[in-house]
Amino acid sequence: MLVGVVELAEVWVLFHNVVELGGLEFTQILLVFGLADLCFSLADLSFGHCDRLPTYLRNGALDVFYLRPQPLLLQLITSDVSLRRLARAAVGATALVAALVLNDIDWSAAHVLLLVLALVSGYATFAGMFVWAGGAQFFLIEGAETTNAFVYGGRYAASQPASVWNRPLWAVFGFFFPMAFTGFLPALTLLGLDGPGWLPGWLGWCAPLAAAWTWLLALLSWRFGVRHYQGGGG
Amino acid sequence: MRATVRVYWRLLVAGFRRQSAYLLAAFGGLVANTTFGLLKVAILFATVEAAGGELQGYDVALMSTYIWVSQGLLGSVNLHGGTEIAERIKTGDVAVDFLRPLDVQAASVVTEVGRSLFSLIPRGIPSVLIGALVVGMAAPASPLAYPLGALSVLLGITLSAATVYLLVAAPGFWLVETRGLQVLYMVVSGFLAGLFVPVWLFPGWLQTVAEATPFPAMLMYPVDILSGRADVTAALALLAGQAAWLAGVLLLGQALTRAGRRRLEVQGG
Repeated sequence: MLVGVVELAEVWVLFHNVVELGGLEFTQILLVFGLADLCFSLADLSFGHCDRLPTYLRNGALDVFYLRPQPLLLQLITSDVSLRRLARAAVGATALVAALVLNDIDWSAAHVLLLVLALVSGYATFAGMFVWAGGAQFFLIEGAETTNAFVYGGRYAASQPASVWNRPLWAVFGFFFPMAFTGFLPALTLLGLDGPGWLPGWLGWCAPLAAAWTWLLALLSWRFGVRHYQGGGG
Repeated sequence: MRATVRVYWRLLVAGFRRQSAYLLAAFGGLVANTTFGLLKVAILFATVEAAGGELQGYDVALMSTYIWVSQGLLGSVNLHGGTEIAERIKTGDVAVDFLRPLDVQAASVVTEVGRSLFSLIPRGIPSVLIGALVVGMAAPASPLAYPLGALSVLLGITLSAATVYLLVAAPGFWLVETRGLQVLYMVVSGFLAGLFVPVWLFPGWLQTVAEATPFPAMLMYPVDILSGRADVTAALALLAGQAAWLAGVLLLGQALTRAGRRRLEVQGG
């Protein structure tokens, strides 16, 4: 739970110094943070266990999963669901509710639909990131931190106002790993704000596409990884 | 006396050499450092610009130095709370360590420092170089900043190892399972050390809270000296602060080790 509070404090400290960042005020960035952090912590709750894969690979525990007549990925994610991570999701949820109350949102049926779509897609996107990273572990093993750059770096990126990014960052965290679609872009659409110049305001509606794209990456990565795997030896 | 120094020197070298075996891991760390560094550049540069180009003495160039030096130190300054001795205390292997003619605390800290010093080569220096080449950064006004900064980095690394020993490992004599402490350390230390936002941008009360802990002395102080944000006089004061924290943390750690030794229970048979 403290993790979430400290992450929120990091954002808040910046706004202690300035009123507006990347065209967003604190209550508006709170909406970005709430959406992204809630989705991330729920994905972490269910799929975060993929992080343990390098340990299973090294000590051969993964071979046991192969003996059972169930899909490998399903066994991996269900081998440990740590409910203590729920407390962390509470921080994101609180931030989101506070942001929805504090911001002046012109509620309509479309807005509710967008909010639900954003939450479901954001969750799916982060879950896909964990699976993508898991697939890459079959090749990296010791180099597990390489994928952390994008999974946890992605979480960090997702809670930022993406309008401050330069083009290379947009390429990596805007589209390839569609982090901007988990918080920033849906928040802009909900608030009825225009993006930074070249971004149309309706882009937030494309969050499900982003989730589908991430899962394409994830399943490809997982497939390559599993094909590459030749057993733990011994 | 000379023999004692030689033994700990050997432990330092052993830690250094052991870390050199994990090159792929170090590369992964560098990728992570650089990615986070670029994200920090985006958000912190935007903050400085939104404040009118200057914020608490930080302009864009100085902010860049802060970002890349702190990212570079991340592989060496222990802000994750993990340490080998914690596992040895949990399993009871530490009983063997107590039989050796070595101080358990000193041996642990020295080995961890050796590993951290190696990490400067594949993670620390490349992070700073990437930052300097890709983003550009400010250089300190006085060349004295480099030797003072090097000393400060060494003190910061040692202080982090000693603090992890004190706050995460040593309580294991009583608690056995210290994973909770490790996570708590990881969450609090990074924030208060100024890893994501410089401590000097905190609101006043939070700065006071941070300065009441050893965390800024691990990361913020070395970065201030190396970036030239602190001039030579200020740098000397920061170094004195680091030394004082280190002495205090080492003394407390020693006291806990002696008390814990009497309390130690080796699990299992």
